[in-house]
Amino acid sequence: MDLFEYQARDLFAKHDVPVLAGEVIDTPEAARAATERLGGKSVVKAQVKVGGRGKAGGVKLAASADEAVARATDILGMDIKGHTVHKVMIAETAPEILEEYYVSFLLDRANRTFLSIASVEGGMEIEEVAATRPEAVAKTAIDAIDGVDEAKAREIVEAAKFPAEVADKVADVLVRLWDTFIKSDALLVEVNPLAKVASGDVIALDGKVSLDENAEFRHPEYEELHDKDAANPLEAAAKAKNLNYVKLDGEVGIIGNGAGLVMSTLDVVAYAGEKHGNVKPANFLDIGGGASAQVMANGLEIILGDPDVRSVFVNVFGGITACDEVANGIVQALKLLEDRGENVSKPLVVRLDGNNAELGRQILTDANHPLVQRVDTMDGAADKAAELAHAAK
Amino acid sequence: MAIWLNKDSKVIVQGMTGATGMKHTKLMLADGTEVVGGVNPRKAGTSVDFDGTEVPVFGTVKEAIEKTGADVSVIFVPEKFTKDAVVEAIDAEIPLAVVITEGIAVHDTAAFWAYAGKKGNKTRIIGPNCPGIITPGQSNVGIIPGDITKPGRIGLVSKSGTLTYQMMYELRDIGFSTAVGIGGDPIIGTTHIDALAAFQADPDTDLIVMIGEIGGDAEERAAAFIKENVTKPVVGYVAGFTAPEGKTMGHAGAIVSGSSGTAQAKKEALEAAGVKVGKTPTETAGLAREILGG
Repeated sequence: MDLFEYQARDLFAKHDVPVLAGEVIDTPEAARAATERLGGKSVVKAQVKVGGRGKAGGVKLAASADEAVARATDILGMDIKGHTVHKVMIAETAPEILEEYYVSFLLDRANRTFLSIASVEGGMEIEEVAATRPEAVAKTAIDAIDGVDEAKAREIVEAAKFPAEVADKVADVLVRLWDTFIKSDALLVEVNPLAKVASGDVIALDGKVSLDENAEFRHPEYEELHDKDAANPLEAAAKAKNLNYVKLDGEVGIIGNGAGLVMSTLDVVAYAGEKHGNVKPANFLDIGGGASAQVMANGLEIILGDPDVRSVFVNVFGGITACDEVANGIVQALKLLEDRGENVSKPLVVRLDGNNAELGRQILTDANHPLVQRVDTMDGAADKAAELAHAAK
Repeated sequence: MAIWLNKDSKVIVQGMTGATGMKHTKLMLADGTEVVGGVNPRKAGTSVDFDGTEVPVFGTVKEAIEKTGADVSVIFVPEKFTKDAVVEAIDAEIPLAVVITEGIAVHDTAAFWAYAGKKGNKTRIIGPNCPGIITPGQSNVGIIPGDITKPGRIGLVSKSGTLTYQMMYELRDIGFSTAVGIGGDPIIGTTHIDALAAFQADPDTDLIVMIGEIGGDAEERAAAFIKENVTKPVVGYVAGFTAPEGKTMGHAGAIVSGSSGTAQAKKEALEAAGVKVGKTPTETAGLAREILGG
């Protein structure tokens, strides 16, 4: 889960990483009081989870409370690279900036541990610095158990060649930032820029944080960090039903069991679509191992409720779950939805393989539901689903 | 011979007395796995009857090893307690720990992986969030259905559970030496490379099927390893060509970040290393079949 800048700011503040004052608002008028609280001037910053907002006009200085209201009016509702601005942060104006640095901690998948990245050339995308001036980027492996103490922080500071006059302060920020990383179960904490200001202090002026949703069980505070505005309504409905669903922009609704098989199903449908008017998968939906009638009904309800969907492909490999249970689940789910008065009118292509596949297929044949077609191979079923979606377009 | 698991493996189950542990212990026993004990400190000294097979419950992994000679532990404990369970297995120096539990916080996995390193890597960890490992006809540890296929000469390593099953099913008439599901989390114990090295050294394996998916660069590193070290034929499949950037596709580790971790890049890296990569699971199985001349 990626956080907004203001959420990252709040999290940094909680762990004593030096930040500027700021508060988030969602109406232009609220910019007035917020700016007055900051002494009559502010920076109005669009809150979007995408880079490049400054260039897009999403960050503006306001020399007065009136001006802050005007800037907030401009920025709220703005589209930045496909992200609508619903909130702005009214932030304290930065003191004179002398230098801009970069520091972060993140997951290092390849080495199965954590990593620190630091550079005295901050203020721009670190990938850009790494590409053009790799010698200016210091990567330091962090042991997941030993973590970052003062000595380790010094090692990072030396590796990145921070100037002597800020070494102590940067090391201190690193220890606090590590504390933020560990205590929040973060996958990434990034400060860019970490600014050296005229007073000699270093301040985190902007930050990115990504949290591990698997750790939510020990972080009740995650709940209110979820971005409810951004969630696609279908994704929100699926989440409420505990379904693992991602909305995509195609026409073939997909239900399958197991993340890998579902990802593979999307690909196979996209290939098949090349022969059928370029139809594409409409979603990712993994109903997991169990695949009970109720879960199948929940999944079908979400997918049939997607106006983009023209046909549905149910692709199940029965492992421990037997295909006869899955077939019964499909038949019952359709009945359940019809009884509830849902509009069930899109064709379903079902492929069952694995444990008790013959029994499952027989159940579908016997049920003889007018919308359900059985195709017994994955590639063949994908082709049929794509063909039906194209025909219904 | 197979890899890591054979008919002599003695298996204990951490979390055997929970619902999932009970269900799968029963299935593992039915597949002929020698399950010699369960671990649950609150039920130590009792035993559980699985269709006539009495399996004793021990208080600790250490005690279970001392009393039974167990050399494999399979872990079904809930995600909140998994780290402690794995640390206990590492402390007891069990040679193989298979972590089935999904939804583990990545900081917990990073911590137990670092701990295993500090203890000298005496325990091979498979998983977490994986279906386990099966050597058909000999032993089955985890949740892979035991009846999909038979013993044979294909080695399989995969990030995904259901794609493991699909591939075993596609090639069921040829059969498998060992199939191992390594899991789709961002940090995992055993990697594609570990499995490739073991299959290369295994006289019972003639061909290796490797299944990857979007996220990270494990497949690219595996490709580099294959180029240098693997002389047996390798057939590959990668899932997630249509996955959008920045969205997690089911598995915690399955995410394309910016331009890295794409299926296309993985496929190209594998092909550059001489691996034949199929467009669909069925086509991939066909490539394996062609090489084996069946």
